[in-house]
Amino acid sequence: MKRKLEISELIFKIISYTLLTVFALCCLYPFVYAISSAISGVSAVENSEVFLWPLAGKTGIQFEAFGEMFGNNMFWNSYSNTLFLTLYGTLWSMLTAILGAYALSKKRLLFRKSFNFFLVFTMWFSAGIVPQYLNYIATSKAFEAVGITDDKWLVVIAMGMAAMNIILLRNAFEGVPSEIEEAAIVDGATEMQVLTKVYIPMSKSTIATVSLLFAISRWNGYFWARQMIDNSNEHPLQVFLRNQLEQYTDSEYIAGWNRNYAPDSVIYALVVCSVIPILIIYPFIQKYFAKGVNVGGVKE
Amino acid sequence: MMKAKAADFILYDQATGTYRVDPEQAVRDDVEKHHWLHVGRTLAKDWRLYLMLVPMVLVFLLWRYLPMYELLGCFKVGDQVLTVNQQAFAGFSNFKLLLTGGNNPAMSVEFWRAMRNTFLLSFYGLCFGFPMPIILALFFNEVKSNAARSVMQVLTYLPKFMSTVVMTSLVIMLVKQGSSVQGVGSEMGGVISQALAGLGLISKQTAKAGLLNDPAFFRTIYQVSGIWESAGYDSIVFFAAIIAISPTSYEAAQIDGANKWAQMRYVVLPSILSTVVIMLITRIGHLLMVGYEKVILLYNVNTYQTADVVSTFSYRYGMENNRTGLASAAEMMNNVVGMMLVIGANTIAKKASNTSLY
Repeated sequence: MKRKLEISELIFKIISYTLLTVFALCCLYPFVYAISSAISGVSAVENSEVFLWPLAGKTGIQFEAFGEMFGNNMFWNSYSNTLFLTLYGTLWSMLTAILGAYALSKKRLLFRKSFNFFLVFTMWFSAGIVPQYLNYIATSKAFEAVGITDDKWLVVIAMGMAAMNIILLRNAFEGVPSEIEEAAIVDGATEMQVLTKVYIPMSKSTIATVSLLFAISRWNGYFWARQMIDNSNEHPLQVFLRNQLEQYTDSEYIAGWNRNYAPDSVIYALVVCSVIPILIIYPFIQKYFAKGVNVGGVKE
Repeated sequence: MMKAKAADFILYDQATGTYRVDPEQAVRDDVEKHHWLHVGRTLAKDWRLYLMLVPMVLVFLLWRYLPMYELLGCFKVGDQVLTVNQQAFAGFSNFKLLLTGGNNPAMSVEFWRAMRNTFLLSFYGLCFGFPMPIILALFFNEVKSNAARSVMQVLTYLPKFMSTVVMTSLVIMLVKQGSSVQGVGSEMGGVISQALAGLGLISKQTAKAGLLNDPAFFRTIYQVSGIWESAGYDSIVFFAAIIAISPTSYEAAQIDGANKWAQMRYVVLPSILSTVVIMLITRIGHLLMVGYEKVILLYNVNTYQTADVVSTFSYRYGMENNRTGLASAAEMMNNVVGMMLVIGANTIAKKASNTSLY
């Protein structure tokens, strides 16, 4: 049976559609603008003619701003550094998080409440930026003492852990029916086999979500990588992007600029390059987020 | 703590028609009798489980809890080289210096300004940033076409996955100042400032000077970019709560003659209230943890007036000027207030609506 819409419902519907469309377009606009500006001609960018679509200007559409980035060794360096940090960082974070969350999800674990509190407390109270910095410096010295001189490993191992992600995993593991685990144990499975053959396959969507949360935070990491990695050859992409932004907006650096593309185009090109990997995987991952992110259950 | 009833640990076995003691209760009794013996035995039996906890506990101990110990440097004469234990004790002098100024009144003024900015940025975030995802979720609920809703959701979640650096770079470029170099760069400023100037919301001079160089605009830019970044993504939780409402509730309300507004008020809001309370407590808990990364990337000397927060204050003093004791004292005050806020919010929520996060 189709009910006729009441006038109040109709009004609300119209408002919803309009405002949502406007907001969605606002979310998209900066990226469209960035792409357009990256390939617009130099005069179009300099005279602020670009608003939405790429414009040819006097010299025509160009791809040399991208070319300048691709020709820069530092760019590829930083890209591979980011891949390194993302890959190993996600693996390490997932390993610790899955093992910890599995143990925490077991009702028979002694001091379970204390362990949970140990995690949750870090969400209430953080030491703050300076003590954290001193701590990382001490860690880096300790790492050097045992022969790990590459600061990238410090970033991989010491940073990027989030209590919230462990809680998400723990909740998913708690949802696995204990009968299945018991059946596996009767069949002679060890603790590790129960985890890898029962729990992990049964909470795939949460595991996918959490690894993506870790991977994205690694890909996007900036501040501590900048503080802790001294060698500029080892800087990740985000640090490189920020340095380039500072360089290409510096009036001394761009004085006497005489190229086929505007300095701004280089920055936009770099922004586009740094978000492309996320844009590529994004359609595949976004369906997991609605399912996998269940925030209601921090309480123990 | 609920008082245990007999029915809690005496079970009726339907198959045999007999009563028996709940085996779990037997274990509980056993635990009470031989507590530490039991602890030892369980540890030994389940040693694999405890081994699995080790990496996680180590990571948190070394890089979350050890810094908290370093935070005690707020009672010491700060130094980047010496460890906390080696530094000389300074009592409350760091706190005194920050709060009252002592021989450096300018610094105390700066600290109070940072405190005020932290509160204001968070408070405005709570006022404007918090309701936005709820409103978005209500709107999403109105879009009955799955395809249209998916497209809108995909687009609105997108900014959340961009890094702070990308986001701030875009903000900087969109509201940047007009170029001062002859013939290079736009003289009119970024595209958003131009649009705002075109609409008559800001003057041409302000647009040319760059919105990020004007203290009056920092808070607005911070909040608007924050909403742009996370309102869509944060709406997921609320949207999930809204679609969980049974359609029969709406139908019942409609039969009783409820219009859209009444349905919102009496069906939707009560149903999502617990989610809202939980998210609100989380939000209040992070009230004073203003994202320092974003502020550091967006602010400059011209906008310290409104942009400098406690974290960035201690970043400048502790990391750039080597006054770690002072910086730790500033963060200590900030964090203790923040923690009291989360405990307070949690208690109030528990009393008022029986919902609590922790």
